[in-house]
Amino acid sequence: MKRHLIAACALLALSIPAARAVEPSEVLPDPALEARAREISKDLRCLVCQNQSIDDSNADLARDLRRLVRERLVAGDGNDQVKSFLVDRYGDYVLLRPPFKSTTLLLWGGPFALLAMGAAGVAVYLRRRQGPGGSDTAPLTEDERRRLDALLKDQG
Amino acid sequence: MIPELGHYALVLALFTALVQAGLPLAGAATRNTAWMAVARPASYAQLALILVAYGALTWAHVVSDFSVANVVENSHSLKPMLYKVSGVWGNHEGSMVLWVVMLAAFGAAVAAFGRNLPPTLKARVLSVQAMIAVGFLLFILITSNPFLRVVPAPIDGRDLNPLLQDPGLAFHPPFLYAGYVGFSMAFSFAVAALIEGRVDPAWARWVRPWTLAAWSMLTIGIAMGAWWAYYELGWGGWWYWDPVENASLMPWLAGTALLHSAIVVEKRDALKTWTILLAIITFSLSLMGTFLVRSGILTSVHAFAVDPKRGVFILILLLLATGGSLLLYSLRAPTLKAGGLFAPVSREGALVLNNLLLSTATATVFIGTLYPLFMDILKLGKVSVGAPFFNATFIPLMVPMIAVMVVGPLLAWKRGDLTYALKKLMLAGAVTVAAVLWGVAAHGGPVLALIGIGAAAWAFFGALAEFAERIRLFRGPLSDSLHRARHLPRSAWGMTITHAALGIAIAGMVGTSAWNSEVIRAMKPGDTADIAGFTLTFDSIQQVQGPNWKADQATFTVRRGDAVVTVLEPQRRSYSTRMMSTTEAAIRTTLFSDLYVALGDPDTKTGMWTVRLYHHPLVPWIWAGGVLMALGGLLSLSDRRFRVGAPTRKTAAQKGKAVPAHAHPAE
Repeated sequence: MKRHLIAACALLALSIPAARAVEPSEVLPDPALEARAREISKDLRCLVCQNQSIDDSNADLARDLRRLVRERLVAGDGNDQVKSFLVDRYGDYVLLRPPFKSTTLLLWGGPFALLAMGAAGVAVYLRRRQGPGGSDTAPLTEDERRRLDALLKDQG
Repeated sequence: MIPELGHYALVLALFTALVQAGLPLAGAATRNTAWMAVARPASYAQLALILVAYGALTWAHVVSDFSVANVVENSHSLKPMLYKVSGVWGNHEGSMVLWVVMLAAFGAAVAAFGRNLPPTLKARVLSVQAMIAVGFLLFILITSNPFLRVVPAPIDGRDLNPLLQDPGLAFHPPFLYAGYVGFSMAFSFAVAALIEGRVDPAWARWVRPWTLAAWSMLTIGIAMGAWWAYYELGWGGWWYWDPVENASLMPWLAGTALLHSAIVVEKRDALKTWTILLAIITFSLSLMGTFLVRSGILTSVHAFAVDPKRGVFILILLLLATGGSLLLYSLRAPTLKAGGLFAPVSREGALVLNNLLLSTATATVFIGTLYPLFMDILKLGKVSVGAPFFNATFIPLMVPMIAVMVVGPLLAWKRGDLTYALKKLMLAGAVTVAAVLWGVAAHGGPVLALIGIGAAAWAFFGALAEFAERIRLFRGPLSDSLHRARHLPRSAWGMTITHAALGIAIAGMVGTSAWNSEVIRAMKPGDTADIAGFTLTFDSIQQVQGPNWKADQATFTVRRGDAVVTVLEPQRRSYSTRMMSTTEAAIRTTLFSDLYVALGDPDTKTGMWTVRLYHHPLVPWIWAGGVLMALGGLLSLSDRRFRVGAPTRKTAAQKGKAVPAHAHPAE
């Protein structure tokens, strides 16, 4: 069964997250607190799902985590405190935005390093493509003009 | 009997492809015209044989032949006919047969329409195309045979995954595959050009229509997938940065870069080695997407290790295709001569910048998608890379891309005048500022949404400004402008439509992501809920019976004030064979927003139903934008210049224009 589902997901170039997520019974009465809970939930991974946040998943674990997030918020935790509480329990794996550290250096730095390298490559390329008629050719100096006139006169 | 015929046809197709991969290539090397001429009939035969196989499989599905394992696992006698037909590609084995159908169809199209291609180039292109076919046909026959029988045959099948029994999804895979596989054409042309040792503007003009066709199909495929996710998954999300989605986004981004760099090759004979490399990369990313989703490696490295046969096979295919072509590239690319010169501020310069940003964006998606895998394999720990990462890295790359996209077309080839271009864009700039101010006034943020709405306005109105400039609108009599518009090449129309459509799509993405509202509530018949100025009354709930499902269907009356706006009837379907349920959301679409109602589970104790209400501003613009982008691509494709065979005629026609003619006379 699972294999079929995976095959199906694969075919569709789309994962098939479950339809239901936050249940009415979970919603906090304070809308400001609930909004924060939703925001935090979007950054936390449902650990038993394939790349889904706990906000999108209907797995039991995701529901438990959503409740946990709300409990911590009601207890007065800040957003970061809630996240670090979960990281202490489940490790970095629970964060959908991986923390910046030595093992994720290439992940965070990679795109920017590539952009910088690409930009340098493009700069070199553009310089070379510009050719002799490029815009950075300085206009003739007075001296050069006189020599050119002299040469032309010789020719004529 | 018919499934065996299909199986046999597939084996014959493999041998035809083997001949097509070998003889014409050898013929081109030894100038043996008879051997080269084999390519054409061979590619027709290959397509015919694969179609026979595909037809046989379809027949087995349509008549519900439950002695075929593939039918048993993916069909049911009560399944509606549409899904019996689409169910053929709704599973791994069948989808691979569809893949080779597309591959052979593209090859046969080159054979049929590429009459003006130099014979050696044509022979080599078809040869390379056949090599890819050999790989995939072997893959099907060895690891994924769809024609295997089951003895004894069961009474009925296990039905198709209910999520796939949906009209939107029925046609999503063929479009996606036409896109993926279409990029094989660019790849074959690139490899053939490397073997020939020659890349020139004529080559670019031959390869661009195929790339354009593939890109348009992929655009539709991705848009359809997003649309399906939106209405089927029950809460209106349409993009999850899921690895499987990323697998389709990467070839799309690289393909977009390829389309633009090929313009520079065609017009200015520059960027040749880069364009060849992009063609190789684009198809390699298509292959990699196939590997990622087929091997199960995304679920976990361990799932891959449990049943590695398919994964390893595609991995080898990927390494051979990518490695082989890159090796050839490293040998041959240095011998390609660089062409036209240009200043940094020029149309070429803008297109180079576009390529830099699109390639970096592709690389970013690549790194983000594969990083968890590398960490896991190297035992560096487990890490999750999700939407927050991509939003933080991908979007900053797209903003300058869109800024350049608008300015680029207003710059002249060789050397452009930036001040002139920006002057022409003053009105578009003013509208952009107004759009951002509107965002601040109406919604007050978030900052990312304000940037997004600015980008959308800039892309849309910038494209219009460029078009107005082209037809000299308001600079002479209107009839003159209309006359110019009528005689503008279709590729110019295509560009304007596609660029403006991107702006439309971005506005939709911003609107629905940043400014949606939702109400999640337990309701019973008689209750009402308010959202975005609408009042919804839960009138009743009743049972509905479908061909292979049962559903609870709720009726909601939507009112604005006292006036009844519409009635929405969301369903919660359950498919008995697979014991799965699906959400069929009810959506009221208007030009500017969607009102979305999804029915959740009932609480057996209280008799209350979970109801999810959403208001998604601008969301229809995403689909409209996607479709328009593809239409713009197809319109460009119909340009006379691209009609296959046109290059020879073009040589004479182009001389009269201001654009320097670098057309290479066809051999």
